[in-house]
Amino acid sequence: MNIISVISRLQVVIVVCLIGLFLVSCSNGHGHSHGHSHGHSHGPKPGGSLARTEIVWPTAEEITDVAFLKNYNTRLVVISATCLGIAAGIVGAFLLMRKRSLMGDALAHSTLPGIAVAFIVMVLMGGEGKSLPGLILGATIAGVLGLLTMLAIRNTTRLRDDVAMGFVLSVSFGFGLVLLGIIQKMPQASAAGLESFIYGKTASMVAVDFYLTSGIALCAAVATLALFKEFTLLCFDESFAATEGWPTLWLDILLLGLVTAVTVIGMQSVGLILIIAFLITPPAAARFWTNRLSTMVLLSAVIGAVSGWLGASISALIPRLPAGALIVVVTSSIFLVSMFLAPSRGIFARSWRQRNLRKKVDRQHLLRGAYEILEANSFDSEHVANRSFSRAELLAKRTWKAKQLDRIIKAETSFDHLVAGPSGQLQLSESGFGEAARITRNHRLWEIYLVTHADIAPSHVDRDADMVEHILEADLVRRLERELRNRGASIPSPHLIPASTENPATAS
Amino acid sequence: MSPTGDAASEDLSFHPDTVPLAVHDLTVAYHRKPVLWDVDLDIPEGKLVGIVGPNGAGKSTLLKTCLDLVPKASGEVGIYGKPYSEQRHLVAYVPQRESVDWDFPVSVLDLVAMGTYRRLGWFRRVGKKERDQAMQALEQVGIAHLADRQISQLSGGQQQRTFLARALAQDAQVYFMDEPFAAVDAATEEAIIAILQELNQKGKTCLVVHHDLATVSRYFDWLVLLNMRIVASGPTKEVFTKENLEKTYGGRLSLLNDAAHALAEVVR
Repeated sequence: MNIISVISRLQVVIVVCLIGLFLVSCSNGHGHSHGHSHGHSHGPKPGGSLARTEIVWPTAEEITDVAFLKNYNTRLVVISATCLGIAAGIVGAFLLMRKRSLMGDALAHSTLPGIAVAFIVMVLMGGEGKSLPGLILGATIAGVLGLLTMLAIRNTTRLRDDVAMGFVLSVSFGFGLVLLGIIQKMPQASAAGLESFIYGKTASMVAVDFYLTSGIALCAAVATLALFKEFTLLCFDESFAATEGWPTLWLDILLLGLVTAVTVIGMQSVGLILIIAFLITPPAAARFWTNRLSTMVLLSAVIGAVSGWLGASISALIPRLPAGALIVVVTSSIFLVSMFLAPSRGIFARSWRQRNLRKKVDRQHLLRGAYEILEANSFDSEHVANRSFSRAELLAKRTWKAKQLDRIIKAETSFDHLVAGPSGQLQLSESGFGEAARITRNHRLWEIYLVTHADIAPSHVDRDADMVEHILEADLVRRLERELRNRGASIPSPHLIPASTENPATAS
Repeated sequence: MSPTGDAASEDLSFHPDTVPLAVHDLTVAYHRKPVLWDVDLDIPEGKLVGIVGPNGAGKSTLLKTCLDLVPKASGEVGIYGKPYSEQRHLVAYVPQRESVDWDFPVSVLDLVAMGTYRRLGWFRRVGKKERDQAMQALEQVGIAHLADRQISQLSGGQQQRTFLARALAQDAQVYFMDEPFAAVDAATEEAIIAILQELNQKGKTCLVVHHDLATVSRYFDWLVLLNMRIVASGPTKEVFTKENLEKTYGGRLSLLNDAAHALAEVVR
């Protein structure tokens, strides 16, 4: 209970961390901005490094410089990527839960023409075309237009969501590429680097851009957390939310607006195409580790932050490698690790549980087979004697392969349920015999229950009983007995039920 | 989807504010194909009402239209004499169980606490008071021991009880329930009907979309037979007759259906 209440305060923690990060970088930034910003802005220059054919590996000194954010420019780039990661992780969690991943992708693509138009407008007005605030404004307007187009197509025509998304994604991206082509031909403009918004590349960053992107990330994260309850309801049960008077359409638009915000501030470092991976992968990875939304959002923010920080740092060390791609590689690695190794939802854990269940089922089949052989060899089904039997008798009992049977026999021998005689004869041990009686009894109880209560044709019973009987717990067995005694006493049973009192293993 | 803003202009003077649900001249169409035609309905207070009809008869649509989830082509709906948008606090809703993703990462208690969100209002978090209310609702439906469980680990019957608990946490006068008995075990069905009867005794009104004709007369004291239009509505004893059922399920409405279909073809 304590842990839960702590986790429920996570929003406060994240907000405090974000604000702290922001303030620290602001104060440090001012101290250095005069001395260092000019000197270092040439530092990792991706334009020049593209011509090189070899990757230059960083020295240890360079690594510590980047790790401790000693370089002013690196500091701006890395911290803004980290803030972006936190915002993307939080906003993305709800985008994922709303099952709107593809719509987010379409939204990201639809910002491209906005960037191009903003550039053209700024150049025509005689300004510097690559001013980030202007480009962000253009991208935002285009993103909102793309969103409205999608909603309009969905709500006014009989076309479905996927058509609307595919249409907006491809048409606006194509249009954006055409505009970029036109920009290249504009005589007065130097458009070099504008395409980098498509793939993302952390070049040098000026202080204004840093404050803008980090500030928007902070606002997006805070806004999402403030609406935690409302977004949860929207994602889980939209129609219930609507009946309770919540403006679901506006909440939807707001959520996608926050996605747009993350997209436009991420276009510098991650790029328009890859940003969706940065939004979706952290929460998808976090989902593997937890069943609580609040924990998932917290984890998602952490994964996003780590990816942003690591990706941007590595890119600062090895300028040939673009930050956007590196960030996505880091996120995807975390996702893959989560998918395989997460304790309850991970693939390994699941297949391990399935394997154990399969083994248990096999062993129980063997014991039941053995018990049925003994039963057939006894004169009286009330008094089944524990005699020895042959492997061939067991083999005939079910359609199992010889090798498989040998493996199960070996397993049961190691559990001391089965003893192999010198001449190859098998016999159940005392505990094995008790266990076999218990399993057989459960199996038949379950069979009778299905026949009498579940309206299942008797020919189908054996298979279904096989699946469930292995997980019957003591409490359920008692309820079955009571139920059958109350209601099914007069109904003839398919087989006899071995009396439960005669074996001591029932209690275990 | 969007709550109808023009509700205030509706003329609701014809139904008194003692009637939990009054529907007048209601027509609903999906893509110009009529689903409900000229529905007129008055449900008296404190009844346990079954809404019965064949598949595609518009039972769920009727509920959703009353709750402003589906736009009306024409007609009015009054909850205690006023449009729904003004009476949300008097209404609780249990959607169909399949309408949500049960792998969503919330616990049973979280889900039930959603019934208190409207009273909480914007931005405010679920606190101890809301958790207590949710817990109380869970005790009422008999699954308080599952409060911390993740909802994907529930059986069908437990899921339905959780939904019912959320509606109880809404603390309403009128309960709209969309197929609460669909695919639940016998024990859950008994538990749900017991809770409905308890609500009934407290003077609450319950409208329940129902499938199983065998249990109709045992469960409900008021019955609405629906097949695109109202076939009959009234006390179960009077309405639940062979003739009415034939009208509801038989082919006698085929002419109306054909006409509706032809109309849809023309205007498409």
